[in-house]
Amino acid sequence: MSTILVIAEEKNHRIRNATLEVLTAAAGLAARDGDRVAVLLPSSAAVDDSASLAACGADRLFAALDPRLGVYHPDLYKQVVLNAVQACGADLLLFSATAMGRDLAPRVAVALSAPCLADCTEVTMQNGTLTATKPLFAGKVLGRFVVNGNRKVLSLRAGVFPIIERRPGAEIAPEPLPVPDSAFPLQVTPAAAPDAGRMDVADADVVVTGGRGLRSAENFTLVEELADALGGAVGATRAVVDSGWRPHREQVGQTGKVVSPNLYFMIGASGSIQHWAGMSGSRCIVAINKDPNAPIFQRADYGLLGDLFEIVPALTAEIKKRSA
Amino acid sequence: MRIIVCIKQVADTEASIQISADGKSIVETGVKFIMNPYDEFAVEEALRIKETGNESLVKVIGVGPERTIEALRSACAMGADEVLLLKTEAPVYDALALAGALADAIKKEPFDLILLGKETIDDGNGEIGPMLAEMLQIPCMTVITRLKVQGGLAVAEREGEKGIEGLTAPLPLVITCQKGLNEPRYPSIRGVMAAKKREIPVQPAVLTPAAIEVHGLALPAQRQAGRVIGEGAAAVPELIRLLKEEAKVL
Ligand SMILES: Cc1cc2nc3c(=O)[nH]c(=O)nc-3n(C[C@H](O)[C@H](O)[C@H](O)COP(=O)(O)OP(=O)(O)OC[C@H]3O[C@@H](n4cnc5c(N)ncnc54)[C@H](O)[C@@H]3O)c2cc1C
Ligand SMILES: Nc1ncnc2c1ncn2[C@@H]1O[C@H](COP(=O)(O)O)[C@@H](O)[C@H]1O
Repeated sequence: MSTILVIAEEKNHRIRNATLEVLTAAAGLAARDGDRVAVLLPSSAAVDDSASLAACGADRLFAALDPRLGVYHPDLYKQVVLNAVQACGADLLLFSATAMGRDLAPRVAVALSAPCLADCTEVTMQNGTLTATKPLFAGKVLGRFVVNGNRKVLSLRAGVFPIIERRPGAEIAPEPLPVPDSAFPLQVTPAAAPDAGRMDVADADVVVTGGRGLRSAENFTLVEELADALGGAVGATRAVVDSGWRPHREQVGQTGKVVSPNLYFMIGASGSIQHWAGMSGSRCIVAINKDPNAPIFQRADYGLLGDLFEIVPALTAEIKKRSA
Repeated sequence: MRIIVCIKQVADTEASIQISADGKSIVETGVKFIMNPYDEFAVEEALRIKETGNESLVKVIGVGPERTIEALRSACAMGADEVLLLKTEAPVYDALALAGALADAIKKEPFDLILLGKETIDDGNGEIGPMLAEMLQIPCMTVITRLKVQGGLAVAEREGEKGIEGLTAPLPLVITCQKGLNEPRYPSIRGVMAAKKREIPVQPAVLTPAAIEVHGLALPAQRQAGRVIGEGAAAVPELIRLLKEEAKVL
C-alpha cells in the first residue's frame, strides 16, 4: 500500500491546471486497493475550487493556510511539506515542474534522503517498480529511469498529463495543517509589480508566441490581441527577450520555459532548435512566417505563408467574430 | 572569500545526439563538448566578485569522466585559481548521489559562497544547487539574475512568475545562476596558453549507490512533416476550419 502526496499550487485563489494534471497522474498510479492520494495545498487564503481536487482523485486534503505562504519561501515551504509527509506517511511525492516545484522538490528530497527526478513526462508503477521518463538533451532524447528507494520524489512537466475528473461531484473535508513559526536566514521580497493578470505561458491551453519578426515591443499588441481572443498566454523567443521587448518569464525554449499547450502559435519566429526544445510537446503548432524556408514550416502542423502584419489582424478578427 | 563553482561538461546544444548500442548512453565520438552554458555564468560571477578586490580565491570543481578536464581548463583560462576533477566514468543520473559527491569534496575546506548553473542542458534537472545547500545546511537562492555580495550578505534578484523577486541571505550560501546575470568573458590567448600547461588535480568521486538507474534511452517520436496550408490573410478561414474540424483544438 502506498500513499502519494501531491504538492498543490494555487494562483489567484484557483488551483493551477498543472496541479490537477499531477493529481490525475497520481490517481492513475494509486491503482491498488488501499493506495491513497493526499494533497497538500499551501496558500495565504482559501481557494474557490478545492472541489476540483476531490474530483481529480484526492482522498485527503491538507490545507496549510497562513498569510506567510502568500510568498514562496523555500525553507518555510519545505517544513510545511515535511509536516504533510509526516501526517500522511507518503512514500511518493509528486510536484509539478513549475518554478516552485523545481526549486522545492530537491530540497525536500534531501531532507527525506529520497531520490528525485525532475520534469518527468511519463510515470508508471508496475509490481511496485516506479519507472519515469524525462526529456534529456533539450528533448532530443527521452530517458527512462527506474527510481528505487522507500521514498521517492518526482516533478512532472506541465501540459503533458491530461486532467481527468474521475469522481465528479466528490467532496473532501480539508484537514488544517499548522504552519511552523520559524525564522530563516533567507529573506524573500515578493515582486513589487502586481501580476499583470495575464496567464502564465506554462499554465495556458493556448500560447501565442511572437518572434523577432514583430520588429518592436509596441507591435506585440498584435500578439496580445490574438492571445486575448483565444483566452491564451503570450510567449516570446529569446531574440525578443534579448531585445527587451518582452520579459524573460515569457520566453519559451531551452533557456526559457517548457510548455505543452493544445495550441501553439509561432508568429514571426523562425523555429530554432533551442526554441523547439521548449514547445515541441504542443499538440498543435501553427506558424505564420513570410519566409517559405523558415525551419518552423518543416514541423508546424499548419503553416501560413505571408506577412504577419496582414495575417494576424485578420486572424484575430475572424476568431472574435466566431466567438461573438 | 573562498568561492566554489561547480561545473559540468555537456554536449553542445547544436550536437546531433545518437544513442549507443547498449541503449543506455549516447555516442560521444564526433560530439563537441562544452562547459554547461549556465555554469559559465557561475564562473564569470565568481571572477567578478574576486575582481571587486576582496582577496578571493575561485575554485572550480567538476564531476565527470576524463574529458571534463577540458571544461576545467576553460575555467582556468577564464581565470579560476584552482580546479578539481572528481572522476567517475559512467554518467551519474542520480542527482542525490552527485550532490553528495560534491558536498563530500566541498566540506573538506572552508568556503563562503558556492555558485552553480541554474540547470544542465543535458539532464535538465536543476537539482544539484538546492540539494548541495540542504546537505551543507546553508541557504540557497536559485535562478538568480542579479547578485551583490557585500559585508557578509548576498543580495540577489530572480525573475519570479509575478515579476522580479528580491532575496537576501548571509554567507555562506549556494546560488544558482541564470542567463542575464552577466556576460561570460572570452579567455585571453595568454589565459588559454597558460591553462594548457596547468596540472589538473584528479580525485575519485565519492558516490553513494545510485537510487536512480537508467533503463533505456530513446529518440522521441518524430512529428509529422509540416504542412503549409495557404498564403496571406485569404488562408485564415481555412486555418480556422482545420483547427476546428481536423485538429479539434478550437
Ligand atoms: C544556448 C542557447 C540557448 C537558447 N535558448 C533559447 C530559448 O530558450 N528560446 C528561444 O526562443 N531561443 C533560444 N536561443 C536562440 C535561438 O537560437 C534563436 O536565435 C531564436 O530563437 C530566434 O528567435 P526568433 O525566431 O524570434 O528570430 P529569428 O530567427 O530572427 O526569426 C524571425 C522570423 O521572423 C520572420 N519574419 C520577419 N518578418 C516577418 C513578417 N513581417 N511576417 C512574417 N514573418 C516575418 C522571419 O522570416 C524569421 O523566420 C538560444 C540559443 C542558444 C545558443
Ligand atoms: N557532474 C557535475 N559536476 C559538477 N557540477 C555539476 C555537475 N552536474 C551538475 N552540476 C552543477 O549543478 C547545476 C545544476 O545541474 P542539474 O541539477 O544537473 O541540472 C549545473 O549547472 C552545475 O553547476
